[in-house]
Amino acid sequence: MATTDIHIHQDVHHHDDHGHEHDEHHEGNFWTTYIFSLDHKIIAKQFLITGIFWALLGGTLSVIFRLQLGFPDMNLDWLKPVLGEWITPEGKLDPEFYLALVTMHGTIMVFFVLTAGLSGTFSNFLIPLQIGARDMASGFMNMLSYWFFFLSSVVMFVSLFLETGPAGGGWTIYPPLSALPQAIKGSGMGMTLWLVAMALFIVSSLLGSINYITTVINMRTRGMSFTRMPLTIWAFFFTAIIGILSFPVLFAAALLLIFDRSFGTSFYLSDIYIGGEALAHDGGSPILFQHLFWFLGHPEVYIVLLPALGLSSEIIATNSRKPIFGYKAMIGSMLFIAILSFIVWAHHMFVTGMNPFLGSIFMLLTLIIAVPSAVKIFNYVTTLWKGNIVFTPAMLFSIGLVSFFLTGGITGIFLGNSAIDIQLHDTYFVVAHFHLVMGSASFFGMLAGIYHWFPKMFGRMMNETLGQVHFWITFVGVYLVFFPMHYIGIAGFPRRYYSWTNFETFSGFADLNMLVSVAAILTLAAQFIFLFNFFYSIWRGRLAPLNPWNSNTLEWTTPRKPGHGNWVGEIPSVYRWPYDYSKPGAKEDFIPQHIPFSETPESNLPHENELIKLETSNGEGAIIIEGNKH
Amino acid sequence: MVPDIKIVEEAKRPLAMNPKKFGLWLFIATVIMLFGAWTSAYIVKRGDMGWSEIIVPDLFWVNTGIILASSVTMVWAVRAARKDNFESLKIALSITTILGIAFVIGQFMAYGQMVELKEHFTGGPVSHSFVYVLSGAHAVHLISGVFFLIFVLVAVFQSKVHSKNMNQIEMCATYWHFLDVLWLYLFVFLLLNK
Ligand code: HEM
Ligand SMILES: [Cu+2]
Repeated sequence: MATTDIHIHQDVHHHDDHGHEHDEHHEGNFWTTYIFSLDHKIIAKQFLITGIFWALLGGTLSVIFRLQLGFPDMNLDWLKPVLGEWITPEGKLDPEFYLALVTMHGTIMVFFVLTAGLSGTFSNFLIPLQIGARDMASGFMNMLSYWFFFLSSVVMFVSLFLETGPAGGGWTIYPPLSALPQAIKGSGMGMTLWLVAMALFIVSSLLGSINYITTVINMRTRGMSFTRMPLTIWAFFFTAIIGILSFPVLFAAALLLIFDRSFGTSFYLSDIYIGGEALAHDGGSPILFQHLFWFLGHPEVYIVLLPALGLSSEIIATNSRKPIFGYKAMIGSMLFIAILSFIVWAHHMFVTGMNPFLGSIFMLLTLIIAVPSAVKIFNYVTTLWKGNIVFTPAMLFSIGLVSFFLTGGITGIFLGNSAIDIQLHDTYFVVAHFHLVMGSASFFGMLAGIYHWFPKMFGRMMNETLGQVHFWITFVGVYLVFFPMHYIGIAGFPRRYYSWTNFETFSGFADLNMLVSVAAILTLAAQFIFLFNFFYSIWRGRLAPLNPWNSNTLEWTTPRKPGHGNWVGEIPSVYRWPYDYSKPGAKEDFIPQHIPFSETPESNLPHENELIKLETSNGEGAIIIEGNKH
Repeated sequence: MVPDIKIVEEAKRPLAMNPKKFGLWLFIATVIMLFGAWTSAYIVKRGDMGWSEIIVPDLFWVNTGIILASSVTMVWAVRAARKDNFESLKIALSITTILGIAFVIGQFMAYGQMVELKEHFTGGPVSHSFVYVLSGAHAVHLISGVFFLIFVLVAVFQSKVHSKNMNQIEMCATYWHFLDVLWLYLFVFLLLNK
C-alpha cells in the first residue's frame, strides 16, 4: 500500500543525456575507432560506405551496357581511356565484355549492395539500438564480418582489371559456361576470382547473420518481448535466418564448381565437345548446379527484400502517424514468406525439362507466395489510409517501395505459371519483373532507411528538398526504365543478348530501347543529388534534434550522437509496442516505447490499465528504477 | 519523507541464453545445411542414369569406432570438469584430442585404400568424387574441432576450466559431439546409398 504513494513524476530513470555530448574518450586511436572498430554503429557505416561505392560502380556498369542496347551504332571511342582494349577498333563494345558487364552488374547489385550494403548497414545499426542493447552479441565477429566483406570486395574489384576481364557467365554462373575456361574469356581467371570473392562473401554474411540472430534473441532490454519488437527487427531476424539456411548451400554449389574448374571432377559436366574433341569430364549434370544455386537464389531475393520491407514498415507507420495496420499479420506474412521461399526454387527452372508434374507443384507453391505478399501490401495501404501523412523523403521512398513491390509482384504471378513462363523465360519480361520487385523496391527501402536514420547515424539532418527532388526523378526514372521492358520481353526479346539489330522482328523496339537507355542515364545522374546531399550533410547538415520524426522506437532515446554503449546511463526499459501513434486521448501523437502505462492514464486501454496494477500489488513484481541492477 | 524514486510496473526481462553457445548452435545449423546440400545433390545424382557404385574403404569402419570412442571420452571429460576432478579431466581431454587426431590420420589412410581400389577424386565417375567431397569436408571441420580441443586443453592445463567455468568445455563438447554425429550420418548415408 505504501508503494502507491510514492508516485512522483520526475523522470529520474531515463537519460540525463542532453548535456553530455559523449566525447569519445575511450583510448581508441584512429585505427581502433574507425577502421578496426568493434562498435556496431561504426561497422554499420563501413558497410554503408562500401555499399554506396559498389552501388555507384554497379550503376555505371549498367549504363555502359545500356549504351550498347539503346544506341547500337554509337561510336564508343571516348570510353577508351577507361575501358581500353574492351572497346574494339571499330569503336564498339567488345561482345564478351558486354557479358562481363552484365554479370558484374548483377553480382554487385544483388550481393554487394542489396545484401551486404543493406543488411550489413541496417541490421548492424538498428538491432542494438532498437532492442536496447549496448552492442552486438559479439563485436569481434561483427568486425570480422565486415573485413571478410572488404576482402571479398577487393577480390571482386581486382577481377575487373584482369586482362581477360571479370566473370562473364551471368550472376547465376551456370555451368558448363562458367566451368570451362575455354568457353569465354569471362570463364577464366575472372571466374576464379568471382568464386573466391563469393566464398569470402558467404563467410562474411554467415558471421553477420549468426550475430544478428544471437543478438535479437538474447540481448533485448527489459520488457522488449517478441511482440514489442519493431517490425524492422523482425525483418532483420527473418532475413538472418534465411541467410543461415541458404548461403551454405551456395557455398556447397560453388565448391563443387571450383572442383570441376580446377581439379578435373565432373559434378556439373558431361558430354562436352570442343572442336570435335570430347572433354574428359563425364557423367555430371549442369541441372544439379541450378538446383543448388536456386535453393540459395530464391531465398536470396527475400534476403534482399525483407530488410527493405522492415525499414519501410517502420517509416510508413511513423510518418502516417498511425499504428502499423496488422502488426501480427506483418510478422506472420514475413514468416510465411521466409518458409515458402525455400520451397519454390524450381520456378527458375521450368524450362530445364523438368517433369511437368513437378513443375505444377512448384507453380502452386510459387503462386501461394502472392498471398503473404498481398497481405503486406494491403497492410501498408491501410496504414496510410486516413493517416496524417508527413511526406519526408524517407516516406516518399517507402511509398515508392510499396508501388514497385506491387507492380513487380504482379508480373511474378505471370512468371510463376509454368505454361506462360516457357514463353517469357529469359526475356526482358523477367528483367522487368525482378528489377521492379527486387532491385528497385529494395533500393528504395535502402534509400528510405538512409534518409530516415541519417540523423541517428551522423547527428545531422539531410536536406529535405534535395531528397524530394531525388525521389521524384528516381521514381519516374525507374518506371521509365523498367516498364517498357515488359513489352520488349513479351515480344520475345531475350535477355543478355549483346545485339538485336540482326533480328528484323526486334527493329520495331529501337525507340523503346533508346528511351530506356536515356532514362537509365538520367536516373543514375539523379543519384548524384543524393550523394551530394549525403556527404554534404555529414559535415554541414543542420544539427539533428533528438527525435526528429517523433518516433517511438528506442534509438531516439539515445544522445544525438550515441557513443560506444549507446546509452549514457541505464538502458531504458520497454513497456509498450512501438506503434502507439495518435492514440486516442494521448497528449501527443506518439508515445515512445519506454514510457510506462502509469504515466499515460489518459490514453490507456482497459487491458493496459491492468498492467499498471502490478505496481499497486505491494510492490511485488514492481521494480524501483533508479540506477539499480536487477 | 517521500523518497525521490518512482515505481513502475516491472518490465519483464526477456528470455536470454548464453550468446556464445547460441552462436555455436547457429554455426552448427550452417554446417548442417552445407552437408544437407551435398547429400541431397548426391541423391539427385544417384537417381540419374549412369551411376557407378561407390567403394567404402574398410578403414572407415575403424575410424568410426575411433570417433565414437572420442565422444565417450569427451563426455567423461565434461563430467570430470563438473566435479572439479582435474586429473581425470586432463586425461580424458587429452585422449579425446589424440583420438581426434587419429581419426584425421585414419581418414587420410582410408583415402590411400580408396586410391588402391581405383576410387579417385578426379577423373573417375562423379559418385567417387562425392565420397571424397563428403568425407573431406567433414575432415576439414573435424580439424577445426581438434584445434578447438587443443585450445581447451591448454586452458585445462592452466586450470582455467572448472565447475564454475564450464562454458568453454561445454561448447567444445557440443561441437565435438556434433562432428561425431555428422560423421555417423555421412557414413551410414554412404553405406545405404552405394
Ligand atoms: C508474387 C511473388 C513472386 C512470384 C510468383 C515470382 C515468380 C518468379 C518466377 C517464376 C521467376 C522466374 C522467371 C524466369 O526466369 O523465367 C522469377 C524470377 C525472379 N524473381 Fe520473382 N517472383 C515473385 C516475387 C519476387 C520477389 C519479391 C523478388 C525479390 C525480392 C523476386 C526476384 C526475382 C528475381 C531476382 C528473378 C530473376 C532471377 C534471374 O533469373 O536472374 N521475385 N520470379
Ligand atoms: Cu524465385
